[in-house]
Amino acid sequence: MIGFQHYLLLATVLFAVGIYGVLSKRNAVAVLMSVELMLNSVNLNFVAINRYLVTDHAVGQLFALIVIVVAAAEVAVGLALIISIFRQRKSVNLNDFNLLKW
Amino acid sequence: MQKIETLFVDLSDWFIAWLQSLGVPLAWADAILLLIQFLCIVGIILANITILIWLERKVSGFIQQRPGPNRLGPHGVFQTVADALKLLTKEDIIPSKTDRLIFITAPILFMTISVMLYIVLPMGKDMQVVDLNVGLFFFISLGSLTTIALLMGGWGSNNKWSLLGAMRSVAQMISYEIPLALSLMGVVMITGSLRLSDIVAAQDNVWFILLQPIAFITYFIAATAELNRGPFDMPEAEQELTAGAYTEYSGMRYALFFLAEYTNLVAVSALLSTLFLGGWQGPWLPSWLWIIIKTYLVMFLFMWVKWTFPRIRMDHLMAFSWKVLIPVTLVNIVATGFGLYIFKGIGG
Amino acid sequence: MNMNDLVFIVLGFITLLGAVGVVSFTNIVHAALSLVLSFLGVAGFYFQMQAEFLGLVQIMVYAGAISVLIIFAIMLVMDRDPNQTNISHPVNRWWGGLIALLFAGIIGFAIRESRFTGQAGSPDADRVGQLAELVLGNYVIAFEIAAILLLVAVVGAIILAKGAKEQ
Repeated sequence: MIGFQHYLLLATVLFAVGIYGVLSKRNAVAVLMSVELMLNSVNLNFVAINRYLVTDHAVGQLFALIVIVVAAAEVAVGLALIISIFRQRKSVNLNDFNLLKW
Repeated sequence: MQKIETLFVDLSDWFIAWLQSLGVPLAWADAILLLIQFLCIVGIILANITILIWLERKVSGFIQQRPGPNRLGPHGVFQTVADALKLLTKEDIIPSKTDRLIFITAPILFMTISVMLYIVLPMGKDMQVVDLNVGLFFFISLGSLTTIALLMGGWGSNNKWSLLGAMRSVAQMISYEIPLALSLMGVVMITGSLRLSDIVAAQDNVWFILLQPIAFITYFIAATAELNRGPFDMPEAEQELTAGAYTEYSGMRYALFFLAEYTNLVAVSALLSTLFLGGWQGPWLPSWLWIIIKTYLVMFLFMWVKWTFPRIRMDHLMAFSWKVLIPVTLVNIVATGFGLYIFKGIGG
Repeated sequence: MNMNDLVFIVLGFITLLGAVGVVSFTNIVHAALSLVLSFLGVAGFYFQMQAEFLGLVQIMVYAGAISVLIIFAIMLVMDRDPNQTNISHPVNRWWGGLIALLFAGIIGFAIRESRFTGQAGSPDADRVGQLAELVLGNYVIAFEIAAILLLVAVVGAIILAKGAKEQ
C-alpha cells in the first residue's frame, strides 16, 4: 500500500540525483537543470504533506505554486547570465568562470 | 426527437448494461467504454479531417477565384483520400545524420497531445469523456506542450531550415500563449468555474460572445498564431523556410504532423464554440449536431482569415503579441472585473 | 496491489528515469528532453495527489515554458560537438556521487524511522476554489511579491541577455 512515506522517499531520491548533477557537471546549463530537479522534489514534498498531514486547506499547494514562480524567475535570470558570460568567455564550462579568483 | 437527442448517451448506457449482464464488473466496463470512446474520437478526427482538407482547398479556390480540386469524384471530394493513399504508400525516409530517436518520437508526440485535447471537450448534452474540474486549463496547458514536439522535430532533423523554423514557431507559440490564456479569463470570471460543462450551462440565456466580444477576437487571433496558420504561418512558410520544422519529414511521418495540425484546428474551433457560442445549446436540432455546426462555422472563419490576409513579418508578429494583444486582454480582464462588481452590486 | 499503487510505481519509474537521464546523457539536448520527461512524471504525481491545478501549472510552466527556455539557451551557447556537451568532471563526479548517496541514505533512514500518521484527505473538495481563496486572501502579499519578482526577473533577463548600451 503506497502511503505518505513512499512519496517522501521518492522525493529524496530525486533530490539526491539533483545533488549529484550539481556537484559533478561542468556545463552551467546542466547544473541549472539539476537545480530544477531539486526544486521539483521539494514541490513533491509540499504537495504530499498537504495531502496527508494538512488536509483541511491547500497551503502546501500554494507553497508549491510560489516555488514554481520563483523557479521560473530563477531559470530566466540564470540562463540570461549564462548567455552573457558565454559572450564574454566563449565557454559555458564552470571551470572557466574563475574571473573573481585572481 | 428525444431519441435522437440522447442517442449516444443511450448507446453507452446500453453498452455498460450489456457488459454487466455478461458478468463484467462496473470498473472494467467503464474502462472498456473509455477505450471505445477514445477510438470513436480518433475515428471522428480522421473522418473530419478528410472533409476538412477538401473544404480548405475548395474555400481557398473559391477565395482565389479558381475551381480547386475537381477531378476525383463530384467536386473532387475524393482528392483527400487519394492524397492519404499516396502518403501512406510513400517510402519512409529517415536521413542518416538525424538524431534518430528524437526524429521518430516528435510526430507521434505531437499527434498524441492533439488527440488528448479532445477528452475534455463537451460534444453534446452529457457527452464528454472526462468532466475535469479544471477542464479549460487542461486544454490550454496541454496545448502548450506541442512546442516541445516541434522543437524535437526541428532539432532531430539536423537541418538548419528545420531548426530555424522550429525555433521561430516555438518563439511565436510561447508569445501567443499568454494572450491566449488571458483572453479566456473573462469567461472564467463570469462563470466562476474552470469546468467546461459549467461554462456551457452558464450560457443558457446569453452567449459569451455578446458579453466578451473583445475576448473572442483576441482569442481568435491568438489561436490562429498558436495553430501556426496563416496569416501567422511565418515559421513554416513554404517559400522562405521550406516548411520549417517539417522539412526532413516525408511519407507517413509528415502526414502525422499534418494531421495533428488539423486535429488541433478542430479542437480549438470546438473550444471556441463551447466557450463563446453557447456550446451544444440550441433549439430544435439535437445537441451533438449543434456543436458540429458551430465548429464548422468557426473553422470556415479560420480558413477565410488564412486565405484573405497576407503573411505577417516575424518581428511584427512578435511585437503585435507583446504590444497589442497582451495589453488589450489585460484591460479586458479589468473591465470584466468592474462589470461583474457593478452587476453584483445592482443584483444585491 | 491496487490501481493507486500501480500508478505510483509507473510514475515513479518515469520520473526517476528522466532524472537519471538528465545527469547521464552526454548530449545536453537529450538531457533537457529527459528533464521534460521527469517534469511530466512529477505532474502525474500531482494529479494522483488530487492537486490537478498544480499539475497543470507544472505542465504549462515547467514542461511547456522552462524546458523550452533551457533548450533555446543550450542552442545559443552550443560551441562544440553536441555529444560532448554534458560531461561530468573527472574528479568531482566521485565526490558528488558519494555525497548524493550519503544524503539519500541518511534521509531515507530518517523517513523509515519516522512515525507519521498521515491520512489522505477527502477526494471531492473544491481545491481550485480553496487555492484561490488562499492566494487572494491570507497569502495575498506573497502573491504580490511573486508578481513583482517575476517582473524584475523579466526585465533583468532581457537586459542581461541583450547587453545594456553604454551611455
